[in-house]
Amino acid sequence: MTIKVENLTKEFDGRKVLDNISFTVEQGEILSIVGFSGSGKSTILKILSGLLKPDSGKIDISDGDVAMVFQYSALFDSLNVFDNISFALQERKEFRGKYTKEQLKEIVAKSLKTVGLSGIENKYPHELSGGMQKRVSLARAIVTQPKFILYDEPTAGLDPVASTVIEDYILHLRNETKATSIIVTHQMSTIRRCSDRVIMLYDGHIVFRGTPDDLLKADTPYTKQFVSASVEGPMKIAASGF
Amino acid sequence: MAKLRFYIQQTITYQLALMFSRHVKEFLETFGDIVYRFLQVIKFILSFQINRKQLMEQASRFAVDSLPITLSIVSMTAIILAMQIAPEMVKQGGKDYIGMLVSLTMVREIGVIMSGFAIISMIGSSQASELATMRVTEQIDAMEVLKVSPFKYLFLPRVLAGFIMMPFVVIVASTIGILAGGITAMTAAKDVTWLCYITSVWQGLYIRDINIMLLKSACFGGAISLISSSCGYDAQGGAKGVGIATTKAVVLSFVAIVIIDCIFAVAFYF
Repeated sequence: MTIKVENLTKEFDGRKVLDNISFTVEQGEILSIVGFSGSGKSTILKILSGLLKPDSGKIDISDGDVAMVFQYSALFDSLNVFDNISFALQERKEFRGKYTKEQLKEIVAKSLKTVGLSGIENKYPHELSGGMQKRVSLARAIVTQPKFILYDEPTAGLDPVASTVIEDYILHLRNETKATSIIVTHQMSTIRRCSDRVIMLYDGHIVFRGTPDDLLKADTPYTKQFVSASVEGPMKIAASGF
Repeated sequence: MAKLRFYIQQTITYQLALMFSRHVKEFLETFGDIVYRFLQVIKFILSFQINRKQLMEQASRFAVDSLPITLSIVSMTAIILAMQIAPEMVKQGGKDYIGMLVSLTMVREIGVIMSGFAIISMIGSSQASELATMRVTEQIDAMEVLKVSPFKYLFLPRVLAGFIMMPFVVIVASTIGILAGGITAMTAAKDVTWLCYITSVWQGLYIRDINIMLLKSACFGGAISLISSSCGYDAQGGAKGVGIATTKAVVLSFVAIVIIDCIFAVAFYF
């Protein structure tokens, strides 16, 4: 259950957002993709999840269901938590009619328990805090028992404590589901705590590969600038005003 | 040569032509997308993949929620029509034709098109903004990642609800409009009696007209939902994108129902 990406290229309006990107994620591994805004991180996730088509390149997601946790949770706001989590089981062709209402209740309750949110099945997304919405989003992602989980900035917009809770659940889910995961983030805490390996993107290219420790110790201008969160360095930030 | 090309490109005519061609291209793309989505909806209908709960919810929104505003608009139009024609018709000795004129106008044209306008402003705009919000908040992306077709889950119930419920809305609105026209005609012209008005309505209405009205209103309903959902689905950006999508949905729906109306007029009354 590995993810293999070879020579991935994607252009938007003549600008190469991804230029010959290649990487592999082994089974059960968590890979973090880091980089400044606009570096093409989310584009990789959208291509891997099937939302975008690459201009060229090869993606091999061997035999498995891909789930994605979106940056702002993307819960269906007209549905309650139960319907949000059981959405795929109720609506997807391969699952339709497979589960009774009672079975669905059990599955949803189990998913909610996994993310520490038991008993909120009847609440609507707007009644939940940002952190709780993220956790419901995690529960929705794992309900179909995916082999691959993609996280798009899972801790964005959360306070440090809520971020730590989400990071704990990412690790917990990996241990429980053995899913292969990719996290797009620019939070150093998420990179340090959750990742087995890290790649850094800049201007459509991979400018660093290694472990989180390597990232912290690396003596390259790109990694130094990213780790120190400095505006001085080779990476120019669009519309930064500098 | 390069200089000449540069000067030509700077002219207002060239810029206008460029703008026009861009709009035409955009329109053709939108039209193509709408046709493709319509075919997707048909595909899911033919394979009986209809979510009944969603269909009921959308049908209820389409018919029940829109009824008060539709009734008000159609009745007011009938009242204005009767108020203006009744005294003149009586003066010309045509009091026996007032009901016929009001009912024919209602059934053939005003009842359907005014209901269409009301539905666009109330339901079409709401459908477009709802789907646009879902698009910009990545809810539609999430649906696609969960491998649930937005055409099946979002488009189908809305389009089918529009197609089924619009004739119901138009029948109720036109009936109320004809009755309101009668009351107004009796008030505006003393010689007009209820019996005279209803007899005239009865003489003027044909089953064919009612059938055409039902078919036309079903097409209006389906088209409004399809266009509105489609515009919402294509929304980009944030709040501004939602606004643009909603405006586009309303404008295109207005144009579409006028075109459909023309097609029906040519096909059945020309």
